[in-house]
Amino acid sequence: MSRKNLFRIGVWLAGVVVCIAIVAESRFSADLSTFLPRSPSAAQEILVQQLRDGVVSRLILVAIEDAPPSVLAPLSKSVAAQLRAAPDFVSVNNGDDQGLAKDRDFLWRNRYLLSPDVAPGHFAPDALRRALDNDLQMLGSAAGGLIKATLPADPTGEMLHVIGQFQGEERPAARDGVWFSPDGSRALLVIQTSAPGFDADAQQHDLLLIDNALQSAKQATPGSQDARLLASGPGVFSVRIRDQVKQDAFRLSILATLAVAGLLLLVYRSPVMLGLALLPVATGALVGIAAVSLGFGSVHGITLGFGVTLIGEAVDYAIYLFTQTAPGSPPEETLPRIWPTLRLGVLTSVCGFSAMLLSSFRGLAQLGLFSIVGLIVAVSVTRWVLPALLRKDFATLRSTLFGPVIMRLATRARALRYPLLVLVLAAASLLAFRHGDLWDDELSSLSPVSRHDQQLDQELRRDLGAPDVRYMAVVNAPDEQQALASSEALGALIERMVGEGVLAGFDSPSRYLPSAAAQRARQAAIPEEASLRANLLQALAGSPFRAGTFEPFLADAAAAKTQPLLDRDSLNGTNLAAKLDGLLIRRGEDWAALLPLRGVADADRLKAEIAASGQGGILLLDLKGDSDRLYQTYRRQAFLLALLGALAIAVLLFLSFRSPRRVFAVIGPLAASVIVTVALLTAAGDKLSIFNLVGLLLVVGVGSNYALFFERRDSGGELGALQHRERIIISLALANLCTVIGFGVLTFSRIPVLHGIGMTVAIGAILSLVFSAILSAPEDGASRAGF
Amino acid sequence: MRWKAEFILALIGAAAVLFLALPARADNTVGHAGSDADLRRIMLDLQSVKQSQAKFVERKYLHMLNQPLDSSGTLIYVAPDHLEKNTEQPKPERLVVDHESLVIEGGPDGQNRTMALPDYPEIGAIVEGIRATLAGDSETLSRYYAVSLQGGLPAWTLSLQPRDPKVQAMVNEIRISGRNDRIDTIETIETGGDRSVMTVLPDRP
Repeated sequence: MSRKNLFRIGVWLAGVVVCIAIVAESRFSADLSTFLPRSPSAAQEILVQQLRDGVVSRLILVAIEDAPPSVLAPLSKSVAAQLRAAPDFVSVNNGDDQGLAKDRDFLWRNRYLLSPDVAPGHFAPDALRRALDNDLQMLGSAAGGLIKATLPADPTGEMLHVIGQFQGEERPAARDGVWFSPDGSRALLVIQTSAPGFDADAQQHDLLLIDNALQSAKQATPGSQDARLLASGPGVFSVRIRDQVKQDAFRLSILATLAVAGLLLLVYRSPVMLGLALLPVATGALVGIAAVSLGFGSVHGITLGFGVTLIGEAVDYAIYLFTQTAPGSPPEETLPRIWPTLRLGVLTSVCGFSAMLLSSFRGLAQLGLFSIVGLIVAVSVTRWVLPALLRKDFATLRSTLFGPVIMRLATRARALRYPLLVLVLAAASLLAFRHGDLWDDELSSLSPVSRHDQQLDQELRRDLGAPDVRYMAVVNAPDEQQALASSEALGALIERMVGEGVLAGFDSPSRYLPSAAAQRARQAAIPEEASLRANLLQALAGSPFRAGTFEPFLADAAAAKTQPLLDRDSLNGTNLAAKLDGLLIRRGEDWAALLPLRGVADADRLKAEIAASGQGGILLLDLKGDSDRLYQTYRRQAFLLALLGALAIAVLLFLSFRSPRRVFAVIGPLAASVIVTVALLTAAGDKLSIFNLVGLLLVVGVGSNYALFFERRDSGGELGALQHRERIIISLALANLCTVIGFGVLTFSRIPVLHGIGMTVAIGAILSLVFSAILSAPEDGASRAGF
Repeated sequence: MRWKAEFILALIGAAAVLFLALPARADNTVGHAGSDADLRRIMLDLQSVKQSQAKFVERKYLHMLNQPLDSSGTLIYVAPDHLEKNTEQPKPERLVVDHESLVIEGGPDGQNRTMALPDYPEIGAIVEGIRATLAGDSETLSRYYAVSLQGGLPAWTLSLQPRDPKVQAMVNEIRISGRNDRIDTIETIETGGDRSVMTVLPDRP
C-alpha cells in the first residue's frame, strides 16, 4: 500500500476515533420541544413553555371502559383513592367528593381575605342589615338548606362569593357520584402529575402506577374483567412518542440498512464489497451525529432516524464508484471520470440542505447540519479512502442480464418526452387549482403524535366537557406581588367584559392568592371586634334572628383581621396550589400571571379594551391562532429558504456548465419530479407540511445525481463511451433502488415526520430517475446500438 | 372545576328535600302487622291520580330564628314523573322535576339551574321516592326508604326514613299524612332538628 494511501486511512481512522469519543459523550433527547420553533417573543416563549411543562402538560386524562357503569364507578373510586395516596400525583379528580375537602377548608378558613366583596362599608350596619334580609330570604327558599349550616359564621355569604368566582366552568356528566362520558360508557378521571409532561421517564412511571391501580381495583370489583384503561394527555404523548421514536427511527433505520445491505450483497456477491459500500455511509452518519452534538449540545432521536436519509443518498456514492468501474480496471481510473459529477452532485445537495440549516426550527436545523456534514464526509471517504482500501482486481459488477433491459428502457424513455410534458402541465394546473389549500397550516401537523392518539385525546376532552383553552391573557411583571396586583386590575376589567357578554368567564391567579396589598386592604375593611359587634346589633334590631346566633361570625372576622397574610405556601396540600402554580409563573427574573379566558365571543373587542385600559405588559394570547401563525411563519420561511436553495443550485450548475441547455438538462427533470411528486401527494388527500418540504429538498439532492450522470458525456471511443454509459445507467438504477428502499421503509412509520419525508422521497426519487432518462439528450451511439 | 357541582349539589339537595316535603312519599316496609293491606290500598289509591294541582302553605321552624318562616304557592303533579312547586310568597321561585331533570328558576342567585338527576344519586333517590309515592310505585319507594304506616284508611300517615346515610345526613324523617288518595300535610324533619310543615289546601280535583 502506498504511503499516500496509508496516510489517508490514518486520517480517516483518527477522525473516526475522535467522532466516536464525541458521540459517546453526547446527550440524546426525545424532547419534543426541540422540534418546536425557537421563540422570538415573550408571548411565544410562554406559549412554548406552557406546551412543554405548564400545568396543562401535566394533565393525564384517563378513561376506564368496557364494563357497565355500575362497575366502572367503583373502579374509578378505587383508582382515585389509590392514586391520591401516591406522591407522584398532585391531584386526582374523578367527580367524587374526596380530595376537595382540603380545598373547601382552605377557602372557608380564608374567606375574608379571598372574597373580592370585602371592602370598606361591607360590614357597616346597613350593609349587614341587607345581608341578613337576604339570608332570611335564602332560608325560606329551596336553597335554605345550603346556607343554614354556615350562616352563623358567614352571614355576609363570603364563601358563596369566593366559590361564585369559580362558577361557570365546564364539568363532565356524573353517574353514581363519579365523572362519566355522556353515554355512560367511560368513567373519567383527570390526573395531574408532579412531573412535567416532557419528562417521559417520570410520565411512564406515572402511567404504570395508574395501570397498577386499575389492576388492583379490578381484583376487588366483580364483573370488571374486561375493563380497560385509556390514557391521553401531553405526558402520555411524551411516553408514546419516545417509544415510537425508538421503535420507528431505530428499527426502521436498521430495517432499511438490512434491506439495502441485502440488495448490495445480492448484486456484488461479496461481504467485503458490502462493507466497503457501507463505509462512507457509516462514517458520514458518525461524523454527522458528532457535528450535531457539538453544534446543538444534544442530538434528537428523530435526527438519528435520519441516518436513513444518509443511507438513501450516501450509499449511492460507493455504488457509483464500484459499478462504474469496469472489471479489471483500477478504481483510480474511474474516479477522475466520475469525480466532477459526484462533487457537483454533493454540492447540489448541500445547497438544498443549507436551507434547512438556516431554519429557526431547531429540529430542522439539526437535520440540515447532519445531512450536510454526513454527505460531505461520505463523498470524501468515497473519493480518498475507499480506493485505498480496494484491491486492484476488486469484484465489481459483471455484465448482467438486466443491463441490456435497463439500457433499452433508458434509450426508449425519450419517446415519453411529450407525455411527460402533458403530465407536468396537468400536475402544475392541479397545484395551481389547489393553491390556497396546499399546506396544512396547523401546528398540530408537526406533532409526532399519531392521528389515532390525537383523536382519542379529542374524544376524552369532549367527554370531559373540557375543551382546550384558546385565549389567555398574560401579565408580565418584575415580581410576584406586582404580577398578582396586575392580574387583580386586569381581572376587574375582564369581569366587566364578562358582564357585557364579550366572554363567558376567566380564571386568575389572584383568585387563589390575592396580592398582599389586596389582602391587607380586606383586613383593613373588617371593623374592630367591638365596633363590628355594635354594627351587628344595630342590623339585628327587629329581625327574627335569635340573639347570639352570629357569635361565630364575630370570632372569625376578628381572627381574619389579624391573621398572617396568605402566601404561596398557604395553599400547600390543596388542589388550588397546583392551579396557582399553573397560573403564576416565574420566568428568570420576571413573573408572568396567566388568565385563561373561556368562551371568548369577541376577541377584538377584548384586545381593544385591554389596550384602552392603559395597563402595560399585558398580552392577549390566542393559543391556537398564535401557534398556528407561528408555524405558518416558519413554514413560509422554510419555503423561502428552499427556493433560495433551488436558486443556489441553479447558480452552481450554471457556474459549472456555463451552458443554459446543460443546466436545463439537470434542472428540468428535478423540477418535473418535484411538481409531479407534490401533485401526487396532494391528489392522495394529504396536506403538505414542513416535513414534505424537507423531503423535496432530499429529492432534489438525490435526483440531481441522476440528472447529472445522465447529462454526462464521456469523450473517448464510441465503444468505451457506450460501455461507460451502460455502467452509469445500471449504477443509477441500483442507487435508485437503494434510495427507494431506504425511504420506502420510512413510509411505514407512524411518526408524521418520518412518514412525510419517507413518502415524499420514495416517490420523488423514482420520478427523478425516470424523468432524467426521459429528458436526457439524444444519444447518438446509444440510440443506434439500442436496436 | 368542582365548585359549581358542589354548589348545585347542595342547592339541589335542599331543594329536593323541600320538594320531597311537598308531594307525598310512601314506603312499603310496613311496621305493624295488619297495616300491610292498608298500605297497598293507599298506594293503589294514589296510583289512580293522574294529575293534580293544589295550593300550599309551608311553615319552616328553624332554631336560629325566633319565629317561623312562611311561604305559599301552588303544587302540580302530572303522572308519572312531572312535579312542580311554584312558590309565590314571599319570593317567587319555581322548582320543576321532570323525568330525569331538575330545574330551579328564580333561585336566590337569580339564575336558572338545570341538572340531571342521575348525576346526583342522593337527590335522585329522594326525587324517585316522591314520584314513586305519587305514582303508587311501592317497589321503588322501599328501595330508598324504610316506610311505616300509622292509622289506616281513610286517614293515614306514612313515616319515611331514608336508608342511604348520605340522605340521612340531610333528612331524619318525612311524615306524610293524607286521606284516601290525597295528601294533606308533609312534614320534613331535618337532621339537626329544624323542620318544615307543608299543608296542602283543599282545591279543585
